[in-house]
Amino acid sequence: MSIEISDLKVNIGDQPIIKGLNLTFPKGEVHAIMGPNGSGKSTLAKVISGHEDYEVIGGKITMDGVDLLEMEADERSREGLFMAFQYPHEIPGVTNANFIRAALQARLPKGEELDAVAYYKQLYAEMDKLEMDRKFTGRAVNEGFSGGEKKRNEILQMAMLKPSYAVLDETDSGLDIDALKVVSEGVNRMRSPERGFLVITHYQRLLDYIVPDVVHVMKGGKIIRSGDKSLALELEERGYDWVLDETAA
Amino acid sequence: MSAAEATSAIDIDRSVGDFSYPESHEFDAGVGLTDKTIDYISGVKKEAEWIREFRHRALKIFRDKPMPTHWASDDLKEIDFDKIRYYLAHGQQPTRSWDDVPDDMKETFERLGIPEQERKFLAGVEAQFDSEAAYSNVKESLQKEGVIFVNSTEGLREHPEIFRKWFGKVIPTSDNKFSALNSAVFSGGSFIYVPPGVKVSHPLQAYFRINAENFGQFERTLIICDEGSEVMYMEGCTAPKFETTTLHSAVVELVAMKDAKIQYITVQNWSANVFNLVTKRGVAHENAEIRWIDCNIGSRLTMKYPGVVMKGRKARGEVISIALANDGQHQDTGAKMIHAADETTSNVVSKSISVGKGRSTYRGQVHIPKHLKGCKNNTECDALLINTKSKTDTYPAITVRGNQHATQHEASVSQVSEDQIFYMKQRGLSEAEAMSLSVNGFVNDLVREFPMEYSVELKRLIDLEMEGSVG
Repeated sequence: MSIEISDLKVNIGDQPIIKGLNLTFPKGEVHAIMGPNGSGKSTLAKVISGHEDYEVIGGKITMDGVDLLEMEADERSREGLFMAFQYPHEIPGVTNANFIRAALQARLPKGEELDAVAYYKQLYAEMDKLEMDRKFTGRAVNEGFSGGEKKRNEILQMAMLKPSYAVLDETDSGLDIDALKVVSEGVNRMRSPERGFLVITHYQRLLDYIVPDVVHVMKGGKIIRSGDKSLALELEERGYDWVLDETAA
Repeated sequence: MSAAEATSAIDIDRSVGDFSYPESHEFDAGVGLTDKTIDYISGVKKEAEWIREFRHRALKIFRDKPMPTHWASDDLKEIDFDKIRYYLAHGQQPTRSWDDVPDDMKETFERLGIPEQERKFLAGVEAQFDSEAAYSNVKESLQKEGVIFVNSTEGLREHPEIFRKWFGKVIPTSDNKFSALNSAVFSGGSFIYVPPGVKVSHPLQAYFRINAENFGQFERTLIICDEGSEVMYMEGCTAPKFETTTLHSAVVELVAMKDAKIQYITVQNWSANVFNLVTKRGVAHENAEIRWIDCNIGSRLTMKYPGVVMKGRKARGEVISIALANDGQHQDTGAKMIHAADETTSNVVSKSISVGKGRSTYRGQVHIPKHLKGCKNNTECDALLINTKSKTDTYPAITVRGNQHATQHEASVSQVSEDQIFYMKQRGLSEAEAMSLSVNGFVNDLVREFPMEYSVELKRLIDLEMEGSVG
């Protein structure tokens, strides 16, 4: 049981961004992707989740054997894929409680209604764990949120939707150290043999809190090196150029 | 009339209002509009001579007035007044008992949920089928307090001493071409009188149903709230989807005497062939309040600018409106606030949504003359565009003379971005659900102004519209 990406090629317009990428991350593991700016990390996250601006010109992505590229973004989500956005969008006038509720409702068979009492009970429990104020439920989705609040909100949504696979795109960006801890603990609580994580980050700092099983280095639209968590530390110390030199050598 | 029988039997589509029953009208004024049509209508209704004369005068004014296409949409030219049927009725008095309503009408209104709503939360109901009311009922406790809630025919016949004084005074026949048309051929609509000091705690509701093709519905509503009284009136409108043009042209006049409060709530869900050209205005006397809460969904073209003339000191006027223009539809709506006394206050909040090739226009008029003191107006119009083909225009005309007033005007245009939709899709919502949620979010603060039952209905209507707009 895994997400398997093979020989993936993606363009934006005529510009190749991902150039034959191979990656597998199974349930039960946390894989991290590190890489310099412009390496194609965020593009990869968006392609996995089904953003229509990116043109897949070759390769395959499957989730537990199912072809993801054949599915719309919303179908992928309902099949168990979650993405925590680097820049979560605002939805003016729609409260957080209503938004998450609509997302859960979308997973039920037609005609079945979400149990409101059970829903709020669960929502409040997850919010408490993330140290979120109750007032949060009545605020519009991400509107006027600080960077930290937005990221907590992403983790809250993930906790409520309980995906099989989660892609976290630069979840650490814009977080102070306290918020980073809360968010990381939120992710760690969800680690389970039934769930796979792909953590995309620019900095090693996040991986002190979310300790990965495997670290991949991405550069120029490809995975150029994979290893265990010590690879992240080495990168931190020696910079990305070191991997490049190593690979070239 | 063979065309009358030609309408096919029950025709159900996804939307609740889109079904019709075969017609069997005992009274039919035929196609086209002449002096004979007027005499026919007046005769069937057994009207007093002054009403017949009022109608004939109105017809002349209607003929003399040009179409307002110099400022309004050229689409108006598509209305062929010679092909419209002006009066269709089953020739029976509206019943007070639900059981006595003819079966096909009963079924229609039951499918629209009318009797259920009446039991649940309404103080009175009138249900109009084509030209005449089929059912009207007001709770006994209100009748005892002297509240009158009848259709226009009955109002003019039974209570001329109350209604004649104000009938056609708030909106003169010559106000515009369509108010003249309505004055010539009006039928149905509600006449309400609330005696001094009576506060009607539950809403009164009217339901307007067009069931016949090529038909014009011209209801006439007059609500008078005497000193210190209060009422909330709600109207809902639907029609099945016909191939040809249907015309709905109502005139609604409100009178709020000293310290009185009137709230007038409209939720219309017309099918895409209906021309909806409505004149609505209220007069607010000293310290009185008139609020128009208006939701326009559907129709081919809606032109509607509810107004309040603030005639007495400290009178207040408010228009809160939501308009949704889908592909091929034009919502041309707005508000008129005429300040005619010191310390009068008006508030206009308008939100429009344009989807696909839909078009929304806001026209506002605020008038504060020089000799007055201490008047206030606030106008906000926000437009939401969904996809790049939709169009929105704002024509605010704020005339403020003198320097002892406070006015403010804000307008905004926003768009549902693809990234916003993607964010919602990533959480499992379909494109239609995502758009629906965005639209509901946009109008959320206004929807709260509607009574609960209506806000639920409104949300459902928006969902249906958005569902239909995504391929």
